[in-house]
Amino acid sequence: MKILGIESSGLVASVALVENGSLKAEYTINNKMTHSQTLLPMLEDMMKLAGDDIKTVDVIGISAGPGSFTGLRIGAATAKGLALALNIPVIKISSLAAMAFQLSHGGANIICPIMDARRGQVYCAAYQMGICLIPEQAMSMEDFIAELNKLDIGENEYVFLGDGVPVQEGLIAEKLDGEYDFATAENNRQRGASVAVLAEKIYKRWLRENNITAEKVKELGADAINFFDETVMNSDEFIPEYLRKPQAEREKESGLLEDPGEHSLKKIAKGAVSGREKKTDAH
Amino acid sequence: MMNNIDTKKDILVLGIESSCDETAAAVVRNGRKVLSNVISSQIDIHTIYGGVVPEIASRLHCENINGVIRLALEEAGVTANDIDVIAVTAGPGLVGALLIGVSEAKALSYAWNKPLVGVHHIEGHVAANFITNKDLEPPFVCLIVSGGHTHLAVVKDYGEFEIIGKSQDDAAGEAYDKVARAVGLGYPGGPKVDRASVGGNPEAIKFPRGFVKDRPYDFTFSGLKSSVLNYINKAKMMGEEINIADLCASFQEAVVESLVSRSVGCAKELGYKKLALAGGVSANSRLRSAMKEACAREGIECCYPEPVFCTDNAAMIAAAGYYEYLNGVRSDASLNAVPSLRLGEHFS
Repeated sequence: MKILGIESSGLVASVALVENGSLKAEYTINNKMTHSQTLLPMLEDMMKLAGDDIKTVDVIGISAGPGSFTGLRIGAATAKGLALALNIPVIKISSLAAMAFQLSHGGANIICPIMDARRGQVYCAAYQMGICLIPEQAMSMEDFIAELNKLDIGENEYVFLGDGVPVQEGLIAEKLDGEYDFATAENNRQRGASVAVLAEKIYKRWLRENNITAEKVKELGADAINFFDETVMNSDEFIPEYLRKPQAEREKESGLLEDPGEHSLKKIAKGAVSGREKKTDAH
Repeated sequence: MMNNIDTKKDILVLGIESSCDETAAAVVRNGRKVLSNVISSQIDIHTIYGGVVPEIASRLHCENINGVIRLALEEAGVTANDIDVIAVTAGPGLVGALLIGVSEAKALSYAWNKPLVGVHHIEGHVAANFITNKDLEPPFVCLIVSGGHTHLAVVKDYGEFEIIGKSQDDAAGEAYDKVARAVGLGYPGGPKVDRASVGGNPEAIKFPRGFVKDRPYDFTFSGLKSSVLNYINKAKMMGEEINIADLCASFQEAVVESLVSRSVGCAKELGYKKLALAGGVSANSRLRSAMKEACAREGIECCYPEPVFCTDNAAMIAAAGYYEYLNGVRSDASLNAVPSLRLGEHFS
């Protein structure tokens, strides 16, 4: 059984191929290049060098968010295109859970992935031995630390990872009560391998629960299956997990936009018709 | 430059378009015959905000794209095996929106092992004429008018353009949007002003026709727009009631006259016998009739796409992609969305 992992939720672009519990290939780049220029060339190169045909992939694990809106959508549209073409399911993986999974053998430490969410916030969550203690959300680092300080962690320590670390290091040192550490370079950013491994785990459970084999799914094709769920799904149904509404929608709900013609959206609308995108959303 | 393509065999192009607020996919045979043309419009949602919101547009494209492509294949009665080429709009447009189509098309191209062609959105609008007018062949003069573009170009050959004139400020469609908003007609302005002007007197209010010094084929609409807004403000201050039909008809007449005089003048001066309209505003009824009359007077053949191919669609992208494919254009896995790209420039 071959699982392709796709990760583009942050600055890292990463693809990985996992086959029957072993990592066959992984390609990760963290160089600030646009994902749209790197992700698919990386996948092509990886498959070629691994001597594998994309047509033999059984299922695609996709890092669904939270993260950079544009990054998430490049990964999503890539995964959706591949899954549509290959008629295979996709598996929706939390970007934060996948990152935490990289440290899943760290004993009973509290694993805290944090991603820079701009506007003074982080996308964050906390896990202990695979159990989610604080569910993923966007909040200020102060609030997240306050939540962490409420946990009874005994002799264990907090381990932070993700691109929020360099931004929030000072605050952690200042406000966090317990002992803490930071994950090291091989594991402190998103990796396609953890997305693929987590997807394999979830897919195996789904196959077992539905009493079907991976070979049978591949043979029937994803379009023929009507018992998917919210995690293992047909690619048509997949949408990223943004955790935040678009700014325009938030403003509208908060009553800032009673007359759309006269307020800030006028600028957006103008930008749209003249073919330029205004940087109105977080990233 | 036929690039060793067997032209005796039919070539089926799957076109994908997501540059603004329509998610679209289409299958077109040999650049002219539309087998399917699926458009999922987001306009109802953006109307709430008075214009296209880029983040909302991008989210909706991502949600709808697979379903739209599936439907395009199904309605054409073809499977992936029958498709020869994938063509996708790579720019210009909203970068976040473009990226959905581009990423999806690249993935399909890779997994299906089919060639990929990145298409210029405006080249697509021009190519919409090939769908409706089966005998139309370059060279011809083309007036491209939409919400974001007002260009006068000579289409020298398939995929080969020379820009003769363009708007120095607002695009024609943009001026329509602003006027529509000012008189409370809402978004999108083009069709609403067109409809509101029915029965109005185009001579009722004399609005200025802008000229650009030393640039006989360029356009300017900012003076006209200000003049309309001033007229409305003045009437409001004096407590006078505005005759919306007269105002819309008079404004539209000024826009149409500018567009028609430059276009026909250009064709006449440069000696072209064919003139085509392209882009969303080319669906405007007054522009069509005025252009047709003016062309007839000069012995110029005038054509335009059917309305459904005037606004954003993927059939036009497939048509343009077909001719670029014949020209030997190929895009690879690193194809990126280019939010601003001049007509005639190629994607890397």
